[in-house]
Amino acid sequence: MDKTRIESDRDVILSVQGLKKNIGRKTIIRNVSFDVRAGEIFGFLGPNGSGKTTTIRMLVDLIKPTSGRVLVCGEDVNRHPELALRYVGCIVENPEMYPYLTGWENLEHFARMQEGITRERIREVVDIVQMDKRIHDKVKTYSLGMRQRLGIAQALLGSPGLLILDEPTNGLDPKGIKELREFIRKLADSGMSLFISSHLLSEIQLMCDRVAIIAGGEVIAVGSVDELVKQAGSYTLWQFDKPEAGLRLLEGSGDVAIVGDGEHRIDEALLASLPGAIVTVMDEESIPEWIERFVAAGVRILAVHKTAPSLEELFLKLTEGESVG
Amino acid sequence: MANLLALIHNETIKVWRKKRFAVVALVLIVLIPVFVYAQMKIAQNNASKFADWRSELQQRITDNTNALSSERIPEEWKRWRRALVQQLQYYLDHDVNPNTPNAVTFTSSFLENSVSLFIPLMVLAVASDLVSAERSTGTIKMLLTRPVRRWRILLSKWVTLILYVSLIVVATVALAYLISGLAFGYEGWGEPVFVGFEPQGSDIELGAVHAVTRGAYLLMEMGLVWFSALVVATIALMVSVLLRSTAASLVTMMAAVISGMILANMASSWHSAKYLFNVNLDLTVYLQGTPPPIEGMTLGFSLAVLGVWGAAALATAFAVFTKQDILA
Repeated sequence: MDKTRIESDRDVILSVQGLKKNIGRKTIIRNVSFDVRAGEIFGFLGPNGSGKTTTIRMLVDLIKPTSGRVLVCGEDVNRHPELALRYVGCIVENPEMYPYLTGWENLEHFARMQEGITRERIREVVDIVQMDKRIHDKVKTYSLGMRQRLGIAQALLGSPGLLILDEPTNGLDPKGIKELREFIRKLADSGMSLFISSHLLSEIQLMCDRVAIIAGGEVIAVGSVDELVKQAGSYTLWQFDKPEAGLRLLEGSGDVAIVGDGEHRIDEALLASLPGAIVTVMDEESIPEWIERFVAAGVRILAVHKTAPSLEELFLKLTEGESVG
Repeated sequence: MANLLALIHNETIKVWRKKRFAVVALVLIVLIPVFVYAQMKIAQNNASKFADWRSELQQRITDNTNALSSERIPEEWKRWRRALVQQLQYYLDHDVNPNTPNAVTFTSSFLENSVSLFIPLMVLAVASDLVSAERSTGTIKMLLTRPVRRWRILLSKWVTLILYVSLIVVATVALAYLISGLAFGYEGWGEPVFVGFEPQGSDIELGAVHAVTRGAYLLMEMGLVWFSALVVATIALMVSVLLRSTAASLVTMMAAVISGMILANMASSWHSAKYLFNVNLDLTVYLQGTPPPIEGMTLGFSLAVLGVWGAAALATAFAVFTKQDILA
């Protein structure tokens, strides 16, 4: 037991311990603790206004915590930013660079702020983000996607062990998001740890190994993404040609729960595409049997749809569990 | 840890590429010819009216003496005129022309007239957004998440500011000299000018008066202008740290500088106003020997007041910048 503990400690690249932040009289962050291990993609999930950005800013010394500490590779970020931040590359919110300088000049600017970054390294990161064609143009001529890539290039300059990206998919088109996801995976495979924040569970699900969920300034769960998603549960939507008949059949069974209109948080767009659909919670494996049963009863099925678990649902589950336990 | 020189390199490049100095130079190149032209007209006018500079000087002395007997002129103005008359008389007595029209005298008087408003405004063009622009564009998040302590970043910004203030003073002098030389000729470095007039109450003390060359005089003026510009720049740096928006910090500083000029002109009976930095900006009055805006002010006093304000502003800027949370 002790031995594994020590080993996992050595693997921890970012350790956040009991962070708390008051602004004025208000407590913005109550209690945030988690560890990010070497080589993993760690998600940081929470709705807007939950304290995500404030926490991220405390990770990189933009905001001083009221209490608690942040260790990167064992160095305290607040006390020794000049040591701790050597291991960190980050983009907080949007990748803002100097618009009146070229991409290359921006990279030179940030390279000068850390010892040991050579011209070769700058050229390398430009290649990594595939910006070589436009790197000598002024940043004000760049598209958002290119700024994003330049931001990542800047973050990679110091060959950091930890890359922090705050809502990296914001404003990107689907193609850009897909590329970014692949890129992040590639970085993780090369041994880098990544810390990625998002308010979308699906994003985290697609990208991350482990996740911390924050709500109301508090981390309410830390664990592997798969486990947490399983907890969230999902709905099965049925659309029939004769909804009344279908509903009667479903209601007749004990192991299907019918969910009324106001009781779920399913995306409006999805509901609109399945008019008159009946929302149920049921065992995934029983769906084929149910289909046979409807067919036998002469109720024709127009569509069956299983929803992806949403962050809101997961929150409900997690906070319910807390109040019960 | 990056060395300070690299950080200063960064800051210098940013100010340069924002074309702040280009704007300052452009303003000078447009404005100086206007003043040169005005000065030329005055010189031509005087040349046609007076036989030589001695009769012109005598006329000015007479005019000012006559004005002194008028009831309608406030006491502060009279004091100023009395001092002027004494100075002019001294020049006449020693057979020295105080206003030979040449590039060096033009540059000198251009500096004297720009020290309390024009130079501060140009300095503000560089200083006011040094920190606030990083905030409003969001680049401060990149700047402060690099492995460099915050005080080093602010220090590099301040050193850069010193460099640009020096550059602005030198450029002002160089452009004024070069442009006015086209009209007046580039002579005049060796001409004598009297310094050491000491305003004592309503009189001027002549005991310490001695002659220096115009060149040395200009150099001394440059030093004084540089110091007062640096203090304005340092205070602007503090305001730029305290206020998030560039516009707000620029307006605040302009209001401070302009109100100082107004206060100085009111030559007020409000004596404690002399502890404000903005009435002390015109350090060249002590060199010229004209009475200061408020009685009791001396060169040493003004230097000390400006020094204290500058040091306090710098300390505040560092204290706030190293501790403040970057929330948005």
